[in-house]
Amino acid sequence: MSMPFGYASPEQIMRDRAEYARKGIARGRSVVVMQYADGILFVAPNPSKALHKISEIYDRIGFAAVGRYNEFESLRLAGIRYADINGYTFNRNDVTGRGLANLYAQQLGMIFTESIKSLEVEIVVAEVGDSQAEDQIYRLTFDGSVFDEQGMAVIGGQAEAVAGRLKERYKDNMPLPEALEAALVALTEPGGERPPATQLEVAVLDRGREHRKFLRLTGPRLERLLKTVKSETKPDKPAEDVSLPEPPTAPDGDIDTGSAE
Amino acid sequence: MNNLFTYTGSSSFTEFLGAYAPDLLPSRMQAPAVPVGDQIPHATTIVAATCAGGVVMAGDRRATSGNIISQRDIEKVFRTDDYSCMGIAGTASTGIEMARLYRVELEHYEKTEGRSLSTEGKANRLATMIRGNLAMAMQGLVVVPLFAAYDPAIDGGRIFGYDVGGGPYEQRNYHSIGSGSIFARGSLKKLYREGASPEDTVLACLNALYDAADDDSATGGPDVTRKIWPVMAVITADGFRRLPEEEVSELVQTMLAGRMEDPDGPTAPLR
Repeated sequence: MSMPFGYASPEQIMRDRAEYARKGIARGRSVVVMQYADGILFVAPNPSKALHKISEIYDRIGFAAVGRYNEFESLRLAGIRYADINGYTFNRNDVTGRGLANLYAQQLGMIFTESIKSLEVEIVVAEVGDSQAEDQIYRLTFDGSVFDEQGMAVIGGQAEAVAGRLKERYKDNMPLPEALEAALVALTEPGGERPPATQLEVAVLDRGREHRKFLRLTGPRLERLLKTVKSETKPDKPAEDVSLPEPPTAPDGDIDTGSAE
Repeated sequence: MNNLFTYTGSSSFTEFLGAYAPDLLPSRMQAPAVPVGDQIPHATTIVAATCAGGVVMAGDRRATSGNIISQRDIEKVFRTDDYSCMGIAGTASTGIEMARLYRVELEHYEKTEGRSLSTEGKANRLATMIRGNLAMAMQGLVVVPLFAAYDPAIDGGRIFGYDVGGGPYEQRNYHSIGSGSIFARGSLKKLYREGASPEDTVLACLNALYDAADDDSATGGPDVTRKIWPVMAVITADGFRRLPEEEVSELVQTMLAGRMEDPDGPTAPLR
């Protein structure tokens, strides 16, 4: 192998690659993934109806990503293939978020060290369990590092600032409207305007659902949910009426909207 | 692992499986040199009928190998996605495997493309799968499915039949497959009412299965002592719903009480 003109040390190359990837990822908007009472909530400001940042991978597993669309889309498709192959070969219960996170970590790490350009993506793999203690949220960065997050994860954009705001409001066992409110507050810069329902991509992994736990909240359903969030007074209807028709995603009783302070 | 990431084929799981792990495809199994159909358990009767705003599918619980009852409580009606289901008749093992693959096929497309397949698309995919099994069918490992789905485009149910070479053949109103299908279809012909409520259509299907079991030794009737009831599924705009055991049990008891008086069951008006 010939020595390239203008030698750069491996440390320098890695640093440059990392910086390049970080810049690309910070350019977009943040995505929030967090636990709520009945599962895991995904919220992403996203004006596009077609190019999703949040997706279903398998029965209990969801995926969220920021960065370059074409790059995380190919990761998403690979994840679906991996999950479907494993579920078909063994059993549906044998597909785990941990396995998928490891697969992604290998691929991201390999590309980071071997390619000229690392992937400009950051992803979250979340798996909803039978109870809150069994929920798992993994955050993966462009270099293949895996972080086992507790309760919440923020990726992309001004991730640290958003995570800071989310931490202030985050509580264990929040009902869905309250969790959504917390996510929206975190995603909105102080003094900034909240994105309308049409500019939001919201989905849940709801442990109460049968078969496939992933559910995209769109259209009237999301608007109703956002209205519950906004209203200052406590609504007299139980939470399930405003969120999902079946099965309930929030326990019976009054909702603490989190905004009445 | 690499072509997990670099595969650029269609959104079909079966196609991907063929490239990635072809041994796992049921249709790629080596066809046996001699017919083995009689030695392998067979699934028997499935009926399906459209109702107001949806479709009903029901299957008995018996599997037979020749004159032996190999299983009393086999399940032959499978939910394939939120708005569709399939029932299988013929070789039970291959049929179950096919249903499993078909479910992944529909889901894989939905997740990849972000939308569900059209009802025709679903029916066509199943046809390709059945055709892939033709070599096996020639050696006696016949699988014939019945496919039923709620089609949002017409806000109603649709039923598709198949033969060993594939299909699909869309059926009007009702259809039945399996060894008892002749009797079940005859029964449904008299009991089916167009646009009837899902509840009434469930009753018609239940009676059709009973009539099939009455005349076909390979179809199992309701097993009162062991409390094994047929699998009944209803698909409407609300999605797939398998009737819970208690509900089916109640319907069966009512039907049996009626048959105690009149063993041939309800009669259709002559004019």
